[in-house]
Amino acid sequence: MKKLILSTALATLLATGAQANKVFVSNEKGNTVTVIDSETWEVIEEFDAGNRPRGITISPDGSLLYVAASDDNQVKVFDTETYEELYSLPSGPDPELFVLHPTGNPLYIANEDDNLVTVTDTESRTVLAEVPVGVEPEGMGISPDAKFVVNTSETTNMAHFISTEDYKIKHNVLVDQRPRFAQYTRDGTILFVTSEIGGTVSVMDIAEDGTPELTTKIDFEVPGVLPEWLQPVGLRVTSDDKWAFVALGPANRVAVIDVEAREVVKYIIVGQRVWQLAFTPDEQYLITTNGNSNDVTVIDVAEQEAIRSVQVGQQPWGVVVQPD
Amino acid sequence: MLQRYRLGRKSASDTFERASENRGREETLNRFWTVLAAAVLALSVAQTAAALDVRTAVLRIDYPQLAPISRYDLVPEDAGFAGAQLGLEDNATTGQFLGHTFENETVTTTPEEADAAFDALLADGHTLIVVMANAEDLLRLADRAGDGVLVVNATAVDNGLRGDQCRANILHVAPSNAMLADAVAQYAVWKKWPRWFLIHGSNPPDQALAEAYRASATKFGAQITEEREFEDTGGSRRTDSGHVLVQRQLPVFTQEAEEHDIVVTADRSDVFAPYVPYHLWTPRPTMGSSGLRPVTFHASHEAWGATQFQRRFEELTGRYVREDDYQVWLSLRVIGEAVTRASTVDPAELRDYILGDAFELAAFKGVAVTFRPWNGQLRQPILLYDGRITVSVSPQDGFLHQTSPLDTMGIDRPESTCTAFN
Repeated sequence: MKKLILSTALATLLATGAQANKVFVSNEKGNTVTVIDSETWEVIEEFDAGNRPRGITISPDGSLLYVAASDDNQVKVFDTETYEELYSLPSGPDPELFVLHPTGNPLYIANEDDNLVTVTDTESRTVLAEVPVGVEPEGMGISPDAKFVVNTSETTNMAHFISTEDYKIKHNVLVDQRPRFAQYTRDGTILFVTSEIGGTVSVMDIAEDGTPELTTKIDFEVPGVLPEWLQPVGLRVTSDDKWAFVALGPANRVAVIDVEAREVVKYIIVGQRVWQLAFTPDEQYLITTNGNSNDVTVIDVAEQEAIRSVQVGQQPWGVVVQPD
Repeated sequence: MLQRYRLGRKSASDTFERASENRGREETLNRFWTVLAAAVLALSVAQTAAALDVRTAVLRIDYPQLAPISRYDLVPEDAGFAGAQLGLEDNATTGQFLGHTFENETVTTTPEEADAAFDALLADGHTLIVVMANAEDLLRLADRAGDGVLVVNATAVDNGLRGDQCRANILHVAPSNAMLADAVAQYAVWKKWPRWFLIHGSNPPDQALAEAYRASATKFGAQITEEREFEDTGGSRRTDSGHVLVQRQLPVFTQEAEEHDIVVTADRSDVFAPYVPYHLWTPRPTMGSSGLRPVTFHASHEAWGATQFQRRFEELTGRYVREDDYQVWLSLRVIGEAVTRASTVDPAELRDYILGDAFELAAFKGVAVTFRPWNGQLRQPILLYDGRITVSVSPQDGFLHQTSPLDTMGIDRPESTCTAFN
């Protein structure tokens, strides 16, 4: 009997092609992380995650969850099975966003207060380097070949290209006001940088040696929405590099960009103050955190439509999905 | 006082020591420290314009004044200049990536010696000058400066400076009385509190502010159902146990007013407004110069990344930020941002860029701040502050405008009497 159930379950699994993954959402005001099952979209757990949890990421093997507890000046590391806090990493004050090396080590952290990017070894739990950048470092991206970490500084309004070899800045590119997020395409030939107050996404072509060239700025326009509220924040690109999804903050919409045409093709209405985004590993779904409606919206990626919302903790900020 | 910031505003070792002291993890911090060597910088800015030396000055005229009613309002010696210090740092940090160096000179003077102090700045070759002065002195200095100099008004709120007395070489980062009054009016109207009891002081700056509230009431459909003047009879602002008298006088002063939803105080002279909220005859919320106050910034504002501004400011200056600090910081950031984008230090070219469509600047207020090309006024949201927190931010939802919601506050283009910008 047991065997039968198991094989039925397997068959179902194969038939739908979907696999349940854990979705982790950091709740900035609630001081918790909400765990959602990506198959049933039920909340499985909500656990304490330190004070003002914002940036959130996961180790490549899916076992360790990294949460920037901004008001604790720490990056807390949790077990993704037991949800126990294992230890914390030195991060410098007020960590907000970070990016993990594809191997899982090191972690590159933006420290807003000190105009520094801190490089932290996730195994020895020590600081490897501190790189001075512009005023209020925020967004962090890493090139697919891991040769460059890109940091955006919100008051300086630049994308700083930091070599992961010698931790020196090799390129600086001016973008529009308050750049929040940097994301490469999978093939590494394009970098997107969102500017919250400027209301644009800067698109840079990346040469083989990593040299950026700013080529396009994408604007947004939604009838009936004040232009001031179209504030691009989180951005994700599908792994075939065809579609970029951009969270537009208080405009309560996610824009869909045709990467090749570099044009917005659609606006998807989601919850209020949409902030960060994450795909499920199969890229069937995109999850958005909606800070002012205390929920996440699930978007069907192929259909480019919102299909449901899930209530989470107070003021959800970041989201990451456990890999298969 | 002259402050210079060349490449890397602090030496790397300074930053290193400060960082490790702060965090107490000297042992764990490997000496992987990377300094932004000039060579790397030169390499990285190869594609941008040539190096620029940006010189600015902040001139502050200190007027004789009485001690404030509240000790919280005591003016520190570095009022405004602390903001200049941070503005300079922020500009320099950005500038180092572009090969731009910034220096700023701060000068304090008296009304009598202001002209000489200003002339000295001009003689020294300064062409980008932030001024903290009253309207009359500001106009006289700007006229001395002439076309080749860009003056930024950091503190004078008079509507006339944006109207018939406007000058082509003055940009206004300070909000006008009209913007401040409109910020309060929109909130009161949004709350459906349209009947106002206006109490104003007797000095000209109080009268001017009261006039701005009358105009705001008309503009947004509120009514001033009662208006009274609180006369400044001179003397000290506070005495030992002065509250005993206040507690008896103010209820009497405010009794038998027409029906009203709120009390609006207009008291630039700081004679009576702080006493009003809890001494009214009829209990009503107070707004304006006391109670809920319209401000450009305050030290507990945290939204839109402002926390980082507060922390940077406090670490640098050892105290909380004031409005004049923020306005001077913003004045220098406006210049710095224009230099960064337009790659020039020429005052005329900077002015054109700042007044143009391309200019925008993030100022921790949720939307970009820009300039009105018809009178040189900075458009900016106004915070409504109760002395502890940001209660609300104007413009309020639902007040619409064909150009920018920010233009629902202040003197709009059709009603502007400024001709110097045509």
